[in-house]
Amino acid sequence: MTVTEVPSPARDQTLRADASPAAYSTPEREPARRLTQLDALEAESIQVIREIAAELERPALLFSGGKDSVVMLHLAVKAFWPAPIPFPVLHVDTGHNFPEVLAYRDETVERLGLRLEVASVQDYIDDGRLRERADGTRNPLQTIPLLDAINEHRFGGVFGGGRRDEEKARAKERIVSLRDEFGQWDPKNQRPELWNLYNPRHRPGEHVRVFPISNWTELDIWRYIEREDMPLAPLYYAHERDVFQRDGMWLAVGPVSQPREGETVERRVVRYRTVGDMSCTGAVDSPAATNAEIVAEVAASTLTERGATRADDRISEAAMEDRKKEGYF
Amino acid sequence: MTTHTIPYAAGLGERGLLRLATAGSVDDGKSTLVGRLLHDTKSVLSDQLAAVERVSRDRGLTAADLALLTDGLRAEREQGITIDVAYRYFATATRSFVLADCPGHVQYTRNTVTGSSTADVLVLLVDARKGVLEQTRRHLAVAALLRVPHVVVAVNKIDLVGFAQDVFERVEAEVQSVARDLGVAEAQAIPVSALDGDNIVDRSTRTPWYTGPALLELLEALPPSEDVRAESFRLPVQLVIRPQGAAVSEEHREYRGYAGAVASGVIRLGDEVVVLPSGQRSRVVGIDLGSESLSEAFAPQSVTLRLADEIDISRGDIIAAAEGAPEPTQDIEAVVCWLGDAALRPGQRLLLKHGARTVQAFVRSLDGVLDLDDLHAVSAESLSLNDIGCVTLRLAAPVPVEDYAVSRRGGSFLLIDSHDGRTLAAGMVGATLPSAPPAPVAPEGDEDFDI
Repeated sequence: MTVTEVPSPARDQTLRADASPAAYSTPEREPARRLTQLDALEAESIQVIREIAAELERPALLFSGGKDSVVMLHLAVKAFWPAPIPFPVLHVDTGHNFPEVLAYRDETVERLGLRLEVASVQDYIDDGRLRERADGTRNPLQTIPLLDAINEHRFGGVFGGGRRDEEKARAKERIVSLRDEFGQWDPKNQRPELWNLYNPRHRPGEHVRVFPISNWTELDIWRYIEREDMPLAPLYYAHERDVFQRDGMWLAVGPVSQPREGETVERRVVRYRTVGDMSCTGAVDSPAATNAEIVAEVAASTLTERGATRADDRISEAAMEDRKKEGYF
Repeated sequence: MTTHTIPYAAGLGERGLLRLATAGSVDDGKSTLVGRLLHDTKSVLSDQLAAVERVSRDRGLTAADLALLTDGLRAEREQGITIDVAYRYFATATRSFVLADCPGHVQYTRNTVTGSSTADVLVLLVDARKGVLEQTRRHLAVAALLRVPHVVVAVNKIDLVGFAQDVFERVEAEVQSVARDLGVAEAQAIPVSALDGDNIVDRSTRTPWYTGPALLELLEALPPSEDVRAESFRLPVQLVIRPQGAAVSEEHREYRGYAGAVASGVIRLGDEVVVLPSGQRSRVVGIDLGSESLSEAFAPQSVTLRLADEIDISRGDIIAAAEGAPEPTQDIEAVVCWLGDAALRPGQRLLLKHGARTVQAFVRSLDGVLDLDDLHAVSAESLSLNDIGCVTLRLAAPVPVEDYAVSRRGGSFLLIDSHDGRTLAAGMVGATLPSAPPAPVAPEGDEDFDI
């Protein structure tokens, strides 16, 4: 909705239901309305993106084609309009991504005229710099290609789509998060982050990870996607797919995820709440085929998106924290 | 942009956003209180709760330890303490909340400063059995200095003192007295048991003598956040947007816009503005939010302004309402919360960041440090980690700072280590510390005159 739109009476009541008229004097120049929660989140994110782009010489934005990075890119377009986004996008490709997400990634990059850098886990495995893990999951293998890409391109900072509501260790993150030359995060030694003054300065060799959408919840993301009428990769919407059940999740049948003994393949109508590796990202039974239907579904869900869909977060109580400390997000 | 035409499901309407921060001493039960708020507002999803129940069982606890909802780091779970600010989100029918759960350990005071700097409300926990402790004073001092609009005191563990009214009233009086001395505008106290949920979401039947609201009721009823829209218009310029290159369409070849977040006030098309520190004047001819043109913008929107005249404006300048703009100055008196591990001493050189401008600065003098025992300023040679002190700074270039009391945005700054980039202090322009009470005047006696 436009900011200048004067709210309808019904809407005005929701906007002001909590306002006590006596609480503050009405200035002569009172604007037509207060900022809604989504507008406030958008404003904060754009401010962060602009500030870091201005302060750092060479930032990059991590773009996987997933919903959070799509929202982040959309905010970046708004931040610099009508000028193009002044930094490249970087994707750490595990080699286990869904092909339709990679296709969406490439279309988006093309449409916005961005430069895409890809750091490929597969290349590292092929030439022996990394070894495949016994459990087959590649998420923990992303750290080294990411750090190498940061060093190679001398990125002073990278924008990531991490959100504090995703997981308990992420809830401890700052918007601007300092990493040492090993990419490590020290939760006990984080920078104070005061008012809305962001400080990304660091020593050579260090870099910062910046999370402009820290304060958004999964529901905020979907409401924004709906409001801004953004199309996402098709697997976020209900579709028919061959899946089998493992660890209480529906896994897709694909090159890196085949059913084992006793796991039967079914064709079901599913969608994905998060998009990661095919080997460990589960689909959920869902008929939601539009942004509006997904908003309603997410609002009613009793499971977190990661709890419902990510096997790699279940490894241990502190799985995410360990990977963050190692330099992964 | 689209306008919503579909009716929202219940709970999906547009709500305001309230930011709150928690504070209090170690073991006051902050994480449990936060866990309780999340749990009782149905903000905890079943898989999160299942994980908490599983871990609680593994540890041989009889009930789910709600603190586990927020203590996300391994060391926190091992030690049963909170190490760093955890941000949590919950919502009721009328409001969405961003909650910064701040640790109580003295070495993590900087996190309380972090949480308080953006908070609309500070929820300060006090253990009913212990009353006011040094950390309580420190956190109230931080709340007063940072001018957190509302302070709510949760007198926790009221169940452990047998729901005794006199204990609550004693603690309440003690807190109010400290709050008054420090200049906290209001500090409403509520008797709660975070563990059992008394007076958190619903009023407790076990405190019949307490007639006020439960904590969540109060949080929902507080007036919306400080209305920075009522202040004078300011926009620190983050970027000058001048599209260049082949990809830019014909209509935007001449585009020149000044991008930033409105720090305070309202701006409308046609308004006269002044650029600081240069003092040049112009008129607003365009307000853009992405590709959308607006007729007005207000705090805290992020927009891009276009002006009638081609004047020299760069990152760090401030576009302000033409009337009543602040005078740029190179000399600042301020109160700082010192967050550096090494002490601050007079003569020290560092960087100061105000709005979108960073300038060199040095510490002319250290004019006092807050003594937390008797809550007034005493003289000091240096400021140590977690100290709150008065300083006089000299800047390398004039900066249009304002009094923090007038504008939280216009009066706040960071001090930064120019070598490693660390944030060393949170600063508030024009703030003062309570001075020592005047010494009693000697009774007048017969005066001796030399003849």
